[in-house]
Amino acid sequence: MASGTQTVTRPGRRGRRDARERSGVSYPRWYWPSFTFPGILWLAALFVLPFYVVLSVAFGTVDPLFRLPLPVYQPWWWSLDTFQTTLEKFTSGDRIYLDPLIRTLVYVGLSSLICLVLGYAVAYYTARYAGRWRWLILVLLISPFWISYLMRIYAWQSLLQPDGYVNDALGVVGVAPIIWIGRPVTVVLGLVYGYIPFMILPLFGFLDRIDQHLLEAGRDLGAGSFQTFRRVTLPLSKPGIIAGLVIVSLPMFGDYFTNNLLGSTSTSMYGNLIDSAVGQAGQGPEAGSLVLILIVLVMIPMLYYLRSTRRSTEAA
Amino acid sequence: MSDATLTRERPIAVAPARTATGWFRNPWRKPRFLQAVTIGYLAWSILPVIIAIVFSFNNGRSRSTWQGFSLRWWYQDPFDSVWHDPALRTAMFQTLRLSTLTVLLAVPLGTAFAIGIDRWHGRPASSANFFMLFSFVMPEIILGVSLFLLFTNLLENAVRLGTTAQFLGLVTFQMSYPVIIVRARLLSIGPEYEEAAMDLGAPPSQSLRRVLLPLLGPAILASAALVFADSVDDFVTVRYLSGPASSEPLSVKIYSAARASPTPAVNAAATIMLITTLGAIALAWLVFRRITRNRGEAVSAAGLAEF
Repeated sequence: MASGTQTVTRPGRRGRRDARERSGVSYPRWYWPSFTFPGILWLAALFVLPFYVVLSVAFGTVDPLFRLPLPVYQPWWWSLDTFQTTLEKFTSGDRIYLDPLIRTLVYVGLSSLICLVLGYAVAYYTARYAGRWRWLILVLLISPFWISYLMRIYAWQSLLQPDGYVNDALGVVGVAPIIWIGRPVTVVLGLVYGYIPFMILPLFGFLDRIDQHLLEAGRDLGAGSFQTFRRVTLPLSKPGIIAGLVIVSLPMFGDYFTNNLLGSTSTSMYGNLIDSAVGQAGQGPEAGSLVLILIVLVMIPMLYYLRSTRRSTEAA
Repeated sequence: MSDATLTRERPIAVAPARTATGWFRNPWRKPRFLQAVTIGYLAWSILPVIIAIVFSFNNGRSRSTWQGFSLRWWYQDPFDSVWHDPALRTAMFQTLRLSTLTVLLAVPLGTAFAIGIDRWHGRPASSANFFMLFSFVMPEIILGVSLFLLFTNLLENAVRLGTTAQFLGLVTFQMSYPVIIVRARLLSIGPEYEEAAMDLGAPPSQSLRRVLLPLLGPAILASAALVFADSVDDFVTVRYLSGPASSEPLSVKIYSAARASPTPAVNAAATIMLITTLGAIALAWLVFRRITRNRGEAVSAAGLAEF
């Protein structure tokens, strides 16, 4: 039995090796792996090691005199004191940590949803009806990637000033000037504005690949426009929807700058907690703990997304 | 047969368009609503930036009320204009230096990694690739703060905050772009060309240099442009890792200014950043057009932009 399996597997391997020997070239075993070693070393030193330092800082202590973090690098000396204090701040009565967390979940959820609805409409139109304007529209859809996020949000910050063009335009219709900066609606729309390009492009990719004949088949079989959309287009674009939602929501969870430019302390998000903890004396372990919590938060959508992309690359 | 169905279908599709519900049911009607949404979206997405650029020519301190045209914030003002403000000029050079250095290291590292991963089928390879993608989708603040804690604690004597730390951070964050883009291109090329070269007797180093790398050219170029543009725009990682004020690039200066009391000089600085990014993309596009003349490649470039 064992010898039988051997004779089955052997010829295949032999055949491949023979082809290499015939051409007179063979790759040494280490040849291709050696290409990846610099990258792997780099990731180990500057991607994996930093996480270890975050753990050591979060589970370490603070120098009582200079208020600098005193990281503990030996896992057996790790203490959960700071981490627990940080966690308790989420459950404590004054809600200084809980509110930003809830706000983040609500803002990210709302913004991702708006991104999906608006982005789907735009991607759908571009993929199916744009016709000869297609290339122009595509360039315009991609252009936000080439304009820095900072400039785009700064542009809105200027427009939303009390004497800015948004209030001017509303004044024409007779609306009194509104103070936009610091409102939740401004921050949510700012997030939508900032991240929606990341939603449109994957959606467009999937919608564009849908075979027109499938839609025609749906109609021939008696489905109306809406039904064709619901039962053919929507299921076929589902991977695009999931990819878009993940790509859009992940950076939003760590976003602090949109809020710093368009919001106020009453709209602060999780990212703002980290950002303000990083710079402050004595807050090092807390910043580390907050980063750890964020990693856990985003891990689920991230792993899901990585698994689905890996599956699609393997299929391709 | 199929011709017959087509000719039969058309009159049916057009006929109900007379009534309102019929118009709605007609699958060939023009999608006016979607068109309006798309045009509205494009205007919403581009106009604010154009207005911000225009305001860099404002003849007053406001960035929201137009007070006439002038070059005051670009050149004329002897202290606050982009041209004369030494801090902004230092920041500009810092931006260029960091972005160029990052491209020079991140692109070769990423390209080699992509080629290796594509050929090396094993468990270590797939877990290395997993980490690479992980660094791509993770919120940037996580990487920025982790590196900040690394450089201020474990490596505080080895790497000082400033240009070196920023450079290391940027490369870490940007390396995944070439990996993803080059890998996608490798998957579409397939192994045939290299096997042909090997059959013709080329040793590994030659088939790599004379067959594979030229085929990967457009992808490498695209990722270089992307990495450059993204490094110019980056401020999250770079801000945590900047040391003295002289190591702050333009993006960080703009961020700090936007939170204080910005003048149109900030608009001018942001415009310069935009021109730098667009310049890099345009340059890459020109080189790209020169090395690939056939249309098939142009289509794949549009696909690349999707990343």
